[in-house]
Amino acid sequence: MSKGTLFDKVWALHTVGTLPSGQTQLFVGLHLVHEVTSPQAFAMLRERGLTVAFPYRTVATVDHIVPTDNQARPFADTLAEEMIRNLEQNCADFGIRFNNIGSGKQGIVHVIAPEQGLTQPGMVVACGDSHTSTHGAFGAISFGIGTSQVRDVLASQTLAITKPKVRRVEVNGPLPTGVYAKDVVLHIIRKLGVKGGVGYAYEYAGSTFEAMSMEERMTVCNMSIEGGARCGYVNPDAVTFNYLRGRDFAPQEDQWDAAVQWWSSLASDADAEYDDVVIFDAADIPPTVTWGITPGQGIGVTETVPTLDDMDESDRSIAAEAYNYMDLAPGQAIAGTKIDVCFIGSCTNGRLSDLQEAAKVATGHHVADGIKAFVVPGSEQVKQQAEEQGLDKIFTAAGFEWREAGCSMCLAMNPDKLTGNQISASSSNRNFKGRQGSASGRTLLMSPAMVAAAAIAGRVADVRELIKH
Amino acid sequence: MSKISTVSGSGIPLRGDDIDTDRIIPARFLRCVTFNGLGEHVFADDRIQLNGDHPFDLKQHQSSKVLVVNRNFGCGSSREHAPQAIARWGIQTILGESFAEIFFNNCIAIGVPCVVGDREVVLAVQDFVEANPGGKVTVDLDTLTVSYGDHTSPVTLIEGARQAFLSGKWDSCGQLVAQLDSIRDTADQLPYVTWSSIKAEA
Repeated sequence: MSKGTLFDKVWALHTVGTLPSGQTQLFVGLHLVHEVTSPQAFAMLRERGLTVAFPYRTVATVDHIVPTDNQARPFADTLAEEMIRNLEQNCADFGIRFNNIGSGKQGIVHVIAPEQGLTQPGMVVACGDSHTSTHGAFGAISFGIGTSQVRDVLASQTLAITKPKVRRVEVNGPLPTGVYAKDVVLHIIRKLGVKGGVGYAYEYAGSTFEAMSMEERMTVCNMSIEGGARCGYVNPDAVTFNYLRGRDFAPQEDQWDAAVQWWSSLASDADAEYDDVVIFDAADIPPTVTWGITPGQGIGVTETVPTLDDMDESDRSIAAEAYNYMDLAPGQAIAGTKIDVCFIGSCTNGRLSDLQEAAKVATGHHVADGIKAFVVPGSEQVKQQAEEQGLDKIFTAAGFEWREAGCSMCLAMNPDKLTGNQISASSSNRNFKGRQGSASGRTLLMSPAMVAAAAIAGRVADVRELIKH
Repeated sequence: MSKISTVSGSGIPLRGDDIDTDRIIPARFLRCVTFNGLGEHVFADDRIQLNGDHPFDLKQHQSSKVLVVNRNFGCGSSREHAPQAIARWGIQTILGESFAEIFFNNCIAIGVPCVVGDREVVLAVQDFVEANPGGKVTVDLDTLTVSYGDHTSPVTLIEGARQAFLSGKWDSCGQLVAQLDSIRDTADQLPYVTWSSIKAEA
């Protein structure tokens, strides 16, 4: 049983009591709401004659269904229009702050909450979205939940939940050139497996994470769920505090010192006890690409698709399914795989620094013939900042489309989709069958810089070749 | 809310590891404001690919209540639409080698017990169901067993969830709301609650 970790401390501070089932009733400090998983929750509230208990601890936005080209209302998709209207009405009826399109504050829920200073160390964060793990980057503990639990949080600001174990995932050393936060988390999932984290919260520790910016830490925590861990976090430090200072919802100057003192007190103790510890060396992490249909099926860009003999017995059936679906043969080099579509964006890699790294690669080059490449900022604010830096011009000059903020082709609940068996190079988080909107569409996950490199080459390419000059 | 102690009916085998929630209910079906009608779209893309040969399309499984799956079932997205689609198709309990966590919790919240069996047990039940379509499979939460044909094998379910089903208290909402005074006390002890209020703009 873990002891003295940030997770233990924050859990204890938010515990309301123990339920008859033995589960903990846990207070939620920040509840984030979006249009896909909340309509039925609000409907259940109304059916039961309940109201929102703490509307001032809840924030909403619209992200999954928004078109990233023409955002004029009503949306062309009448179902999408019905969903946004439903959310607008629910927020108005229950007094919930709503970051709507055109407010300057709309965007992917896991991008806007941090950038507005809503996500803070020591909070419990919940949202009806599995990538809520992102917010752990601040030293918060954050859970993706289903719609019935969204209802519970709306009605009571609490969750019925069982305390997970805590695994310290330590990575040490500087990242090699061309290796990004995305590669670190893809490597961790490759090594620990897509179900390795079930039942655990991951504490990301070690000098590699300490040296990361907040945006890099968010990328890592974001994909904790792809490794089976419902929650992942980094202990708060000066990087965290510097990021937060001055943001809209961060503590004001007269409260700042008290806030930093409290946040610092929550970091895991030097003698904290963990249920498990794993240690990686950053020098061993290559630019990583997935070849299969789970995020754990990743390899270094210079490696070949693994053979059944290379893997554990338990990984073979899903690998065989992946060879067939992806039309990739074991032993085949992943570099050089022909690409059709390149997507830069998502809650994993749609932040300013992600676009900056991709733009560095794209500068002075052009997207290869026949490739559709597009860049979707994670929020209206990211879009504005990128345009202030001229990134939009770099991308459009290189042949990329420059879009409005939204979830876009990460999950294709909007007009951005693959067609037929197209292959995408994608900076998103899931390469599941059919994930990007076509039942036979194929996805290769990689860092935004690697996606840019793929767009230029028209094939999976080693970004190190482009940035070494 | 109803007590759930046993689920008995014919089984439906769905073989394969890491079957994610995008496969259970593709994202395009999430464009909705109710869960009504999701049952008919469960596994929509997998069923299209298999052109009538998917277990959920086979005639002999159309009235099945017990879904039998392999490892890490329900991984990926938190969409409750996934268990809702399975339940609205007619499934009342799921036996598997292992489940992804959010999916498992979503199932509890809507009254669908997910019980775990050893690999050998799960494979044997899948074999039984394929060889004996319509043959009865019984998941008993009281004795924590699965029975099929002449066999009875042990299964597991975390005790809190088991008690919640047996006592009929698997819908947590009422229990949570009843603690509103204690919830306010907990909130009052958290310094950040006063640092910033997230009021809606008028």
